[in-house]
Amino acid sequence: MNIVVCIKQVPETTEVRVDPETNALIREGIKGIVNPFDENAIEAALQLREAHGGKVTVVSMGPPQAEEALRHALAMGADEAILLTDAGFRGSDTLATSYALAAAVKKIGDVDLVLCGKQAIDGDTGQVGPGMAERLGFPQVTFTIELEIADGKLRARRVLDDLFEVIEVKLPAVVTVVKQINEPRLPGMRNVLKAKRAEITKWTAADLEADPTQVGFDGSPTQVLKVWPPQKRSSGQLLEGEPDEVAERLAGIIKELNIAPR
Amino acid sequence: MDFTLTEDQAAILEHVKEFCDEHLAPKAKETDEAGVWPAENVAMLGQLDLMGIPVPEEYGGLGMDFLTWAMVGEELSRACTTTGAVFGAHLLAVFPILSFGTEEQKQKYLVPLAKGEHIGAFGLTEPGAGSDAGAVATKAVRDGDDYILNGTKIFISNGGEAQTYVIIASTKPERGARGLSAFIVEKGTPGFEFGKNEKKMAYPSLPNRELIFTDCRVPKENLLGREGAGFLVAMRTLGVGRIGMAIGSVGVARAALEAAVPYSKQRHQFGKPISSFQAIQFMLADMATELDAARLLTWRAAWLKDQNKPFEKEAAMAKLYASEVAMRVTTKAVQVFGGYGYTKEFPVERYMREAKLFEIVEGTSEVQRMVIANHVIRELG
Repeated sequence: MNIVVCIKQVPETTEVRVDPETNALIREGIKGIVNPFDENAIEAALQLREAHGGKVTVVSMGPPQAEEALRHALAMGADEAILLTDAGFRGSDTLATSYALAAAVKKIGDVDLVLCGKQAIDGDTGQVGPGMAERLGFPQVTFTIELEIADGKLRARRVLDDLFEVIEVKLPAVVTVVKQINEPRLPGMRNVLKAKRAEITKWTAADLEADPTQVGFDGSPTQVLKVWPPQKRSSGQLLEGEPDEVAERLAGIIKELNIAPR
Repeated sequence: MDFTLTEDQAAILEHVKEFCDEHLAPKAKETDEAGVWPAENVAMLGQLDLMGIPVPEEYGGLGMDFLTWAMVGEELSRACTTTGAVFGAHLLAVFPILSFGTEEQKQKYLVPLAKGEHIGAFGLTEPGAGSDAGAVATKAVRDGDDYILNGTKIFISNGGEAQTYVIIASTKPERGARGLSAFIVEKGTPGFEFGKNEKKMAYPSLPNRELIFTDCRVPKENLLGREGAGFLVAMRTLGVGRIGMAIGSVGVARAALEAAVPYSKQRHQFGKPISSFQAIQFMLADMATELDAARLLTWRAAWLKDQNKPFEKEAAMAKLYASEVAMRVTTKAVQVFGGYGYTKEFPVERYMREAKLFEIVEGTSEVQRMVIANHVIRELG
């Protein structure tokens, strides 16, 4: 089986900070990690390779530092990593991203299965997987919690709001997975060291023979007008000590704030 | 001098820290209180390729050095003292087979140990032989193609859970220390049984069992090193083992300091965080300084080992100093926590009990001073 896993590097913290001047995400000082759902997709791919043989290729589109995310995938056990990186990709929305990733899948060729996480924890759109399926003309299965392959067909169990759905599709297909599908393996140090030295293939827009009007700002109809952090709630004050003493201090604070009913 | 980590060390430590924060630290209290072998943690160490760090790749190891092993051990001990102790005790079987084993012994025993498929343990201590290793009373008598072992070992870390044991026994009792030999004994060998699991001041989940040998036949192929080399095997192993104990000491001391600092900032008395009081600040300063000194002594001993230079004195210094630092730092951490530090609600009382182990195990502080003094008097006398 020839499996491609598409992954995204996301900021580690879920408390993303926004520059109040520019409304852009502040990425400095925040470590990049593999989007957690994409780690599940990598794990699913590795398990399928163990069961059916074949090859797992991870692909990511992003700035040069997204290489780190690909190295993590290699450390988990992926065979090959490709980074789509080009100044022309900057500003790509989900439509443009799915275009570029689909072009990469076509260039890899003879792909049986494309796996993705159900969504990225920074953008939370969940659109890139389905977008790729459209571009590739592959059937799509989203929110997958169980997956099995037999006789060139894929049977998947999908998690929907209040029900499960079991569907069967022909390969090649695009599948997005939820967290509960598996427990991503811990990368062994032998693989970590190997991944550190591994060659990562880099493809530009020209390598993909991409239509420049379909990628980057030009290929992105979505415009983010404004991003702002939710209002911060203060964490409160913790009073410690003997109950009597704490009660007395609490009463004092309430009195001070002048919020007690009269 | 260069204190920079190599790129490989940095990559390994980054992953190990992540693993410790995600998988070990959050359930360290549970792991301790369970009183059962931390099988899941030990299995993860194997998956991470951490059970054979200083073992060459051709024997299933990571092919890194003892310094890296020391750095990883500190992280593990800091996150989960019990798991760190298993990691340390495991090497006491890995190391002698790596250093003294034949090619066949390495293939058969070292490979599964290095891969973490088997766990190792080292059996030297007996009721009558601890600091005085030459007084080992367990006997091994040659009989055809076998040796027959009789005797009892006590306090053996990983005992009962390990599959591979390196056992020191006397093949020529009349020759004392020079009559000792080392053997590899597999769990399940007829005549090899496990006795009492000691109830200790701390580490209830770390087994320290009796190993009982009753007419236990061990094939002559399992003699480790030549006959009579047992004392050498034991001393070399204890040398590395002392670095391991220094690592455990540094790990638990760091855990205590890392608990004490945030607590001192959060705890308010007289309207201020107690970290603003000089009495607390001076304690924290001493704790941090001594911790760094202990770590540097430990790294030096490991580095000397990696350079194939003599390291016996330096390992004894590291073990002596680090274990006493661990005791002082954990005691001060309890003091910083005050009344809460004395309760089971916070981990620092446990750290203090755990630290005491290191002043005793693998040669007491007094034995370390004997070893160091012997070197100093010989070198400078």
